[in-house]
Amino acid sequence: MTNETFEPTIIGFTCNWCSYRAADLAGTSRLKYPANIRLIRLMCSGRLDPTFVFKAIASGADGVMITGCHPGECHYLEQNYKALRRFQLMRRTLQGLGLEPARLKLVWASAAEGAKFAAEVAAFVEEIRALGPLHWGKSNGRLADAPALSLPADAAEPEGEVEVAA
Amino acid sequence: MTGGNGRKPEQQERIGVYVCHCGSNIAGVVDVQQVAEWAASRLKHRGVVVARDYKFMCSSLGQELVERDIKELGLTRVVVAACSPHLHEKTFRTACARAGLNPFLMEMVSIREQVSWVHTDKEIATLKAQAVVSGGVERVLHHVALEPLRVPIHPATLVVGGGIAGIQAALEIADAGFHVYLVEREPSIGGHMAQFDKTFPTLDCAACILTPRMVQAWGHPNITLLTWSEVEKVEGYVGSFNVTIRRRARKIKEELCTGCGICQEKCPKKVVDTIYEAGLGYRKAVYTPFAQAVPKFPVMDVENCIYFQKGTCKACEKFCPTNAIDFKQDDVVMQVEVGNIILATGYEIFDARKVSNYGYGRLANVFTSLEMERLTNAAGPTNGRIVLRDGKTVPESVGVIHCVGSRDRNFNNYCSVICCMQSLKFAHLVHERTGARVYNFYIDMRTPFKDYDEFYQRVMEEGTLFVRGKVAEVTDAARLPGEEGKLIIQVEDTLAGKQRRIPVDMVILSVGLEPRPDANEVAKRFGISCSVNGWFIEKHPKLDPVATMTEGIYIAGCAQGPKDIPATVSQGAAAAARVLGKIQQKEMALEPVRASVVEEQCSGCRICNGLCPFNAITFHEDRMVSEINPALCQGCGTCVAACPAGAIVGTVFSNEQVLAQIDGLMLLNLEESLGTPS
Repeated sequence: MTNETFEPTIIGFTCNWCSYRAADLAGTSRLKYPANIRLIRLMCSGRLDPTFVFKAIASGADGVMITGCHPGECHYLEQNYKALRRFQLMRRTLQGLGLEPARLKLVWASAAEGAKFAAEVAAFVEEIRALGPLHWGKSNGRLADAPALSLPADAAEPEGEVEVAA
Repeated sequence: MTGGNGRKPEQQERIGVYVCHCGSNIAGVVDVQQVAEWAASRLKHRGVVVARDYKFMCSSLGQELVERDIKELGLTRVVVAACSPHLHEKTFRTACARAGLNPFLMEMVSIREQVSWVHTDKEIATLKAQAVVSGGVERVLHHVALEPLRVPIHPATLVVGGGIAGIQAALEIADAGFHVYLVEREPSIGGHMAQFDKTFPTLDCAACILTPRMVQAWGHPNITLLTWSEVEKVEGYVGSFNVTIRRRARKIKEELCTGCGICQEKCPKKVVDTIYEAGLGYRKAVYTPFAQAVPKFPVMDVENCIYFQKGTCKACEKFCPTNAIDFKQDDVVMQVEVGNIILATGYEIFDARKVSNYGYGRLANVFTSLEMERLTNAAGPTNGRIVLRDGKTVPESVGVIHCVGSRDRNFNNYCSVICCMQSLKFAHLVHERTGARVYNFYIDMRTPFKDYDEFYQRVMEEGTLFVRGKVAEVTDAARLPGEEGKLIIQVEDTLAGKQRRIPVDMVILSVGLEPRPDANEVAKRFGISCSVNGWFIEKHPKLDPVATMTEGIYIAGCAQGPKDIPATVSQGAAAAARVLGKIQQKEMALEPVRASVVEEQCSGCRICNGLCPFNAITFHEDRMVSEINPALCQGCGTCVAACPAGAIVGTVFSNEQVLAQIDGLMLLNLEESLGTPS
């Protein structure tokens, strides 16, 4: 079900060395991306325990984005390759659970790729929006006593200022 | 050392939440007051006893606010919602420590880089900031008090690259009384600067100012100079790096060689020197790249040596007065231990052949700026005479084209910084030595820094003609009278607003600077990263320009980005100062981000053993358990995530911390079902 006003909640995992810095750079460069993503810092994408992903989904996240250094550029030499393997496994597991594997995305972003980071977040929000809500979590990350964490209709489009990385 | 799996906070923690305005940087988009009030009321049942917002949390007044609350309200945990932890985590940890709270009981969440700077809708940004704070509160409940790991700093330093940046860094450290290993790939130190004739804007002779430094580095009791050598492997971490260096065989016994030069004189094999002479001159198969080379010992180029290729000759051996030639000499692989490393690996020049419309490599009298440096150099192939490729004709008109390969979307987007000034220098030298008419073709004239613009004025007054416009083509196809036998520069003169064809005898392409072709490989070897353009990335572009993200690895000179000699020397000195600071501390504190095995839970499956790239995990056959060596562990956490028994725990990023943060970010903590932290 595609709902124009559906605002997904996304949990993003970043590594301390590349993708968290890409997020920092997106900020410093004032690049805009949708507010649907909430980030968690890990030391390395290799630290990503599959439990984290399933916990996020069970807690109501509509999608999970894993980010790390580019292959060959891992601060810990090669641990992002382990993240890559786990990513494939987790996608299969999601399918086994009857969920769309596309709810999990893996993005490589170097410390210099703030623009790529912002563009990937914007794209992923649209992809999850197209998949529709999961309704797994009780609160789905929305504030119970505050106005629902939903964007006004005109803000539903991805922000125009996001520069698309090559 | 760790929180252990399944740990619940044992008593009701008392949490303080501090929301920073960052002037209007955060407060302009996020309703910081509302975030603080929300945290105070809605997260009260999670242990939040106070939540404040303040104009600049990182100011001394802001820090005092936190310190006072820790003391007066008995806070046991602190959450700071402000900028990126990469900026101020240390600030707030120190503040906590000052107030008697273990610094690792503070959690910093970013509501600037991750909220106010990237979102525009105020209501939504405020709601996201609340969720981010909530995540921090849940996470901080699972923090545990930690002590930083203290590692001793080995007083020796490795400097890679013997250009002016590396020489400067090595001399500064050696003069301060500490040992330096200076490693250079080429047979001599000196780098690109040794190829230059004059340096802008003062027109000092490059050799006159550089060679004394080179000699100083050679004779310095605290410097081990390793030329014709390369770093093959780097192991370890800040304070104690183990470096493997390959000293390529010179085929010369250094202890016997006097540097007399007879071997070079007698060697019958001439080779085009593509490195030092930029292809304009020759060297022998046994050679020192230039007369003032340091060290004075030649090297043998076995690929071109007649003896190595055909089995006979040995002219050098016959004539060497001290029997220093050793055809059987092998490479030596040596290991050194150092506490810090400075990378000053320099740059490569842009390959002008890529801009095919400028005709380099096809039209004889199109030269690159590096060739021009050799032509103008008194010690160069023409003894400093500026002549055409035929070696004798003095040009009557010369065109200097700026920005070749720089500020060009087809090649490199960036400005190479030095090209305007080097082009002005060539204009001056050509004018001075040949009296030729000189045209400079520029896009924008960039002459910042001390005395640079004055030099531009001087060159203008000397009569150099400046044409503003990007040259479209350099051709030898004459169309108009007077163009025969000339190179014609086709350019749109954007100030006059018309197309021009300017015939000249000689064209100089002011080529830009590029990273070394193996920069990525070198970065990987030393555990640092390169920017999109391939330059080494500094820790902070403004406040930490010579450090890198990897503790103990520093960068200096053009390896970090294009720059001129004064800036390169400054960086070399700055990197040395940083290293000296570390050496003086004798030991340094490292983030206690480490993994450890809970032995009782380890099943001995050995899955983790193969995952660690730092060989930190050993398996005890007797007890059938794995153990992690904290000195080797770098804290990536891959083994923590992989252990099927959950027997490996990681500090600072434990399972409990991350899982709790998810609860917080998803605002599940607002519901009673999560249970109160009791």
